[in-house]
Parts: sequence; C-alpha cells; structure tokens
Amino acid sequence: MTRDAQPADPVSAAVAGAFRDERAIVLAALIRQVGDFQLAEDAVQDAFEAAVTVWRRDGVPANPGAWITTAARRRAIDRLRRNRSVADRAERLAELKRLDAQHMEPPMDDESTIVDDRLRLVFTCCHPALEMPARVALTLRALGGMTTGEIARAFLVAEPTMGKRIVRAKRKIADAHIPYRVPADEELPDRLRGVLRVVYLIFNEGYAATEGDRLVREELCNEAIRLGELLCRLMPDDPEVWGLLALMLLHDARRAARVDPSGRYVALDAQDRSLWDQDRIREGLAKLERAVRLRSPGEYQLQAAITALQIQAPDAEATDWAQIAELYGALGRLNPSPVVELNRAVAVGLAAGPAAGLELLEPLLGDPALERYQPLYAAHAELLSRGGDAEGAARAYERAIALSANAVERAELERRLGALR
Amino acid sequence: MSQYMLLVYEEEVDPAVQAERERELPVFVELHRSLREAGLLVGVQRLHSVQSATSVRVRDGQTEITDGPFAVTKELLAGYYILECADLDEALQQAARLPMAPWATIEVRPVMAADEWLRVAREAGVDLPDEAVQYLA
Repeated sequence: MTRDAQPADPVSAAVAGAFRDERAIVLAALIRQVGDFQLAEDAVQDAFEAAVTVWRRDGVPANPGAWITTAARRRAIDRLRRNRSVADRAERLAELKRLDAQHMEPPMDDESTIVDDRLRLVFTCCHPALEMPARVALTLRALGGMTTGEIARAFLVAEPTMGKRIVRAKRKIADAHIPYRVPADEELPDRLRGVLRVVYLIFNEGYAATEGDRLVREELCNEAIRLGELLCRLMPDDPEVWGLLALMLLHDARRAARVDPSGRYVALDAQDRSLWDQDRIREGLAKLERAVRLRSPGEYQLQAAITALQIQAPDAEATDWAQIAELYGALGRLNPSPVVELNRAVAVGLAAGPAAGLELLEPLLGDPALERYQPLYAAHAELLSRGGDAEGAARAYERAIALSANAVERAELERRLGALR
Repeated sequence: MSQYMLLVYEEEVDPAVQAERERELPVFVELHRSLREAGLLVGVQRLHSVQSATSVRVRDGQTEITDGPFAVTKELLAGYYILECADLDEALQQAARLPMAPWATIEVRPVMAADEWLRVAREAGVDLPDEAVQYLA
C-alpha cells in the first residue's frame, strides 16, 4: 500500500490512491478527535485494511476519503471502548458517536479545519522534546505516508529498530502530553524553524549520502519536496517556508549530474549542465521569487539565492561571485558559522582577487572548529596558488590531502598539487 | 519534626518483570494508608517511565530542549517542583523560567495519575477496588 507499489487491479489502485491523498488528512482529524496518536493511527490502518476487502466486494465508493473517514472513526470507537488509558475517554467516545450519527456520508471538514489539523500534526511530529530521528520518522510516516519499513530502509537501520523508535515517540507524546496544536504566536517562529530543519534533514539524507539504494534515496528527496509544498500551502505567508522549497528544488534539479556513471561525486563546476532538470530549476526560481516578495530574508532564502546564482551562470567564470559573497555575508550575520565565513572568503577571492580572499580566510586557519576541515586547506591552497605562492600552496594542498577521506577528492587534490610543480 | 524526601531509583526492566512489580500494588496501598494515618505522609507520586523525560537548559539566553533524562555527571539533585500544567509545552516554558535554569538542567517528568497507576496494576492482574486510588497518591 505504498506509493511505489504497482497496483495490479483497480481496487488496489483506488486504495493506494486514497492512502496517498487522504491518509494524512483523515489521521490528522482523528488524532484531534480521539486525543491519542497511536489509537488514531491504528484506527486509520484498520480502515485501510478493511477498504481492501470491502471495496473488492461492494465496489469502490464514490467518495473514498469520506468512506475512510467513517470507517476509521468507527474503528476508533471500537478501540476506545477497549482502551481505558486514553484521557477523557467518555467525552471522546460521546463526541465520536455524535459525529458518526450525524450522517452516513459525513460532511467533510471545511478547508480551514483540514489546514489546522495538518499543521497540528506537523508541529506534534516535529516537537523539540522528541529526539531528532523520531521527529523525522514520525513526519515521514504521519504526513508523508511512508511505511515503517520504507523509512527504515531509507535510513539504513533495521525495521524493528525504526519501529521501536516510532512506538517510543508516540508513547512519549501520550505520557508527557505533548500538545496537539499549532504553537502560540510567540513560540511559532522558533518551532517553525524546527519543522523546516526536519524537512531539510530528510532532503539531505536523500541528497547528500551516496551509499544505499538510490531509488529509496530519491524517494526521500521527493518526500521532502512534497512536505515542503505542503508547508507552503499551510503557511503561505512565511518566506522561509518558500525559501526552503526553492532550495530543495534547485538542489534536486542537479541530482542526475551530481554523480558520474561510475557512481562518483561530481563537483558543481564540473557537472554536465545538460543533465540539469530545467523545469525543476524554473520551479525553484519561481518559489524563491515568491519568498523574496515577502521581504523578510532568512537562511533558506539566502542559501537558495546563492544556489540560484551558481545555477544561472553559464559557467564558474561567469558567475556573479561578488553578489554571492554578499549573500554569504548576510547568511553569516544571521547565523554566524566559520563554514559560511569560509564560503564567503572563497567567493570574495573569485570576485576581487586572491589577496582579498586570503585576507578573510587566514583568520579562519586558527579556528579550532575548522582544524580538521579539509575544504579550508583546499581553498587556502587555491587562493595561494592563484596569488603566485606555489610553495605555500603546496603545503596547504598536502594538509588538505592528509585530511581527505574520499579517494576521488584526494586524487583531484593531488592532481592540483602536481600542477604546481 | 523535620521533612525528608525519599528518592526512589530503579532500573527499567522488561515488561514481564515490570508486570510482576505492578502486582505489588496492594502493598503500596496498605503502606500509604498507614503512613497517612500516622501523619507521616506529606506527598507521594509515581513518575512515568524515563522514556517520557525531557531536559531543559537555558544557555546564553536560549532555551535548549532535549529528549531524554538528565545524564548524570557531576551535578547533583538540588530540589524539585511539582507544577500543574495544561501540557508539556507549558511545563517546559515554566522550567525555562526557573532562576537556576541558566546553570542547572531541569529534567521534566510527567507524573502518573493515581487512576492510571491503578489501571496499569489491574492490567498486570491485580484486583483492587476503585477506592484504592485515594490512598495511592
């Protein structure tokens, strides 16, 4: 019942379609109604299992979402009758029975209730009191509709391990009373940043790693982009939500060019640009434009803008490095980090010449956080070499080579070192 | 008269052993009743499993929230608060307001309600009337 399964018959296809389109909506409403994440999830699962049998016997209903809603609610009533541990059990049961009695085909919730329910679900799954891997797993399961097995495979852990992690998280939600609501205004910016971090982490897990099943990893990127699109629909007035979606789309557009046919990583300026997905790039640029119109810069927008400038230039030479340097400066002011400062130094070096770049880079050589950071020494070597200091450049390349864990990267550094002599 | 706090430490055990422990509930009910009658019992509460713990610290003015209990290092237990809150978010907010939050770690643990304590014991096979709740906590 997953999105990549190939349904063999119309009933399976209808169930798979309802699972993809309706599950998160039904689940989000039911959690609010029963007040228990686990019980609601079990009831929704029951409903989908029942759908396979009943739809095969009676035909696919005209409104599959309404059918699933009713079936899940009735399963929840059954489960609530047996489960005494849920808080306010009697009130919850009465409310569910009232909803059930209202109509055979329940009136669907209005759009704003659906939006609110999904936001509640987002913020509960990404709650800071849950460990990060559990936030990721819950989000993928509850909002993305991935199964525990699929998530386990994507994160290269055993399925029982992932299952336990999810069960434990749901237990904590119940026992500690993690609220099922959208945070108050004063907490919202902080909590939203936490949600964006979860989504970007899901994307990077699919994008950055080169090990593991490639299809599974692509699925993670797609899932993260779908979550990004969902957040844009739910919170269209937040520029960072659009910025994150833009950033993911612009990275994803280059997915095919990032790895050569032998599976090796290819750096941006060496990538075959004909492999870039132009539709995705256009989509990403449109989202970035939408973000910028909201006139409140943030870290994802700035990163997306940097990526956009690199992508839009015909090659590394013609890239607008001065503007990229400025964007890195803004990013550093927002979120001070030696890595951002290094990137700024490199951009300045390309825009204003090696001496200007070195002036920014050299103070970083004493930063303990970067002591074993290979890109620092590679960038130092590059700037020294361009400034005519072959001897200094050779020493920096040697340092970078010693710190390099990746054979392809090391070979490239050795080639550059050789070219100095 | 002086007040003393008795802190209970135990290992988390597998469900079968835990169920055995839950079946001791009548002994707790009896003990709590007699302590109360003797005027010795000021308060007693059972905490939910450590799996539901959240730790709060304030450093450089920023509230840091992490899943899990406070990892024992050189800090020692210095005191406790029991707060009645709407949900975990409110408890975490209040924890961050404590004057010692900038140097201490506040472990936030949900208290198990007496009726839940009784329910858990019943699931493990204990037969006790509903009235037991009033003696428990």
